[in-house]
Amino acid sequence: MGARASWLAFQTILIKEVLRFLRIWVQTLVPPAVTTALYFLIFGQLIGAQLAPVEGVRYVDYIAPGVILMAVITNAYSNVVSSFFSSKYQRYVEELLIAPVPSGVVLAGYVAGGVLRGLAVAAVVSAVSLPFADLSVRSWPVSLAALVLTATLFSIAGFVNAVFARSFDDISVVPTFVLTPLTYLGGVFFSVSMLPHPWRDLSLLNPILYMVSAFRHGTIGAGDVSLASAFAITGAFTLALGAFALWVLGRGFGLKG
Amino acid sequence: MILVPRVAPLTPIPGRVTRRPRSRRPCVPSTSAPAGVPPGLPVADRGTARALTLQGLTKVYRGGVEALRGVDLEVEAGDFFALLGPNGAGKTTAIAIVCALVRRTGGRVAVFGHDLDRDWAEARASIGLMPQEHNFNVWEPVVEILVNQAGYYGVPRREAYARAESLLDELGLWDRRRDQARSLSGGMKRRLMLARALVHRPRLLILDEPTAGVDIEVRRSIWGLLRRVNAGGTTIILTTHYLEEAESLCRNLAIIHRGTIVAHSAMGDILRRLHRETFVLSLRQPLGEAPALPGYTLRWLDPHTVEADVEQAQGVNGLFEGLSKLGIEVASLRNKVNRLEEVFMRLVDGQPGPG
Repeated sequence: MGARASWLAFQTILIKEVLRFLRIWVQTLVPPAVTTALYFLIFGQLIGAQLAPVEGVRYVDYIAPGVILMAVITNAYSNVVSSFFSSKYQRYVEELLIAPVPSGVVLAGYVAGGVLRGLAVAAVVSAVSLPFADLSVRSWPVSLAALVLTATLFSIAGFVNAVFARSFDDISVVPTFVLTPLTYLGGVFFSVSMLPHPWRDLSLLNPILYMVSAFRHGTIGAGDVSLASAFAITGAFTLALGAFALWVLGRGFGLKG
Repeated sequence: MILVPRVAPLTPIPGRVTRRPRSRRPCVPSTSAPAGVPPGLPVADRGTARALTLQGLTKVYRGGVEALRGVDLEVEAGDFFALLGPNGAGKTTAIAIVCALVRRTGGRVAVFGHDLDRDWAEARASIGLMPQEHNFNVWEPVVEILVNQAGYYGVPRREAYARAESLLDELGLWDRRRDQARSLSGGMKRRLMLARALVHRPRLLILDEPTAGVDIEVRRSIWGLLRRVNAGGTTIILTTHYLEEAESLCRNLAIIHRGTIVAHSAMGDILRRLHRETFVLSLRQPLGEAPALPGYTLRWLDPHTVEADVEQAQGVNGLFEGLSKLGIEVASLRNKVNRLEEVFMRLVDGQPGPG
């Protein structure tokens, strides 16, 4: 398959994915807006108003980047895992398996769809946060890079989950028992410097902490870890998981008899 | 790839209410092609290469089930080929391996000379598959399913829409193009899958039970379409349980049984291997018993119907002459069972072959 044909195949998957989440916008774009509004209302306004500033900013302003990134993580992941697993469940993944589409193009198409949903949700959630928080952006490139990299990583993770999933239960286990705890413990609602030893050190093992830190560097200009290490760790995870996803797709795990 | 304008009027597929606007340009300009090949249908080059080569194909599923035990098969380019076999014989596994949906345990697959492992992109680009069961996104609009399929094969979106519209028109789905696929009837879903298999203009079209569950009118229309597609040079491999369908459409066939090919020849050759056929005769005048006709075995079924066994060497002329001499007038006759079915049953029942 030539480069142009591969590009057209990528475009096709991407358009299909974007149309899919736009077609069901009530399920994909509205819930994060509602959830985020509740987070800002409860943690930001009601509880946050009683708390001292963190890293020199109001508590509600401190949690805003984390809350936005949490929505991006959840939505990028769920977009790919539900879409690709549905294609397995209804067997229309066979359209792609038969076609001369390289594994990399299939992965890139689905991941790009997840990233776009993540960015769309980020825009919605940011808009929702405006009445509650002062959402300043110190560095657009850093903020956007953090958003895209995080969405990419979790889109790939969703893809891998979908490849190995055999039932709808399997695609909810990881978000419920892995993703949500890691996100909540990843410094979304607090700075790890507020934690006592050894929890502070243990938190450094949580990859989401690095993504939240990277985004926070881009927005409020502060984070739990340095910007370089935040991007390095997130990038390393993305590359490693991407390579693994390509390998399983190429081998046909969970897809070919 | 050579594309052609419409040459002969098409038999409309039942179910269509209105046609797309006539002003819409045909999606396939053309220079030459066999008469009757409509726009939107693939017109492949007739090459001398074999369309499909299977060499020593084996498949052992987890648990030790041997689905294929060394299948060797060759299908010539341009052929209309039947791959027949009882349920569980290995047909669908063989097709799934060719289409890269199932990993083979051993053997080699080549499509138009392209090895499925080494030249996988070229091999897979040549194939269009209409599977046995529905495998499209039921929530997607009908036209989007076709456009996406074309896109996976590198067809630009605008051209993909033109091809999709043309095929939907040909297959009587034009009015349903914006509906979600789940809202289609069973027969419409089969037609959608056929359109999807054709939209990227494959050189090898593989049809797994294409007319299962469709009414006879739609079945005949699909047969007509497949004949035109084949006339355009596309090689077609058909699996079906309707043996009259295979006999009517296909020029060559293979019968697979318990994972091995038990017959592989021209349709005419295999039918000629039948030594004896049984005919059902409808009589103009009633009879109280089977007439006695030397050399023939006749059985009385009811006053107006008898059954006759006719050896190949005898032919039906002798039967008619004999009955005529007895003053018995035959109104009509038909084969008791489809001829291919008779050969098929003998081969797969483990009885000695008819030859």
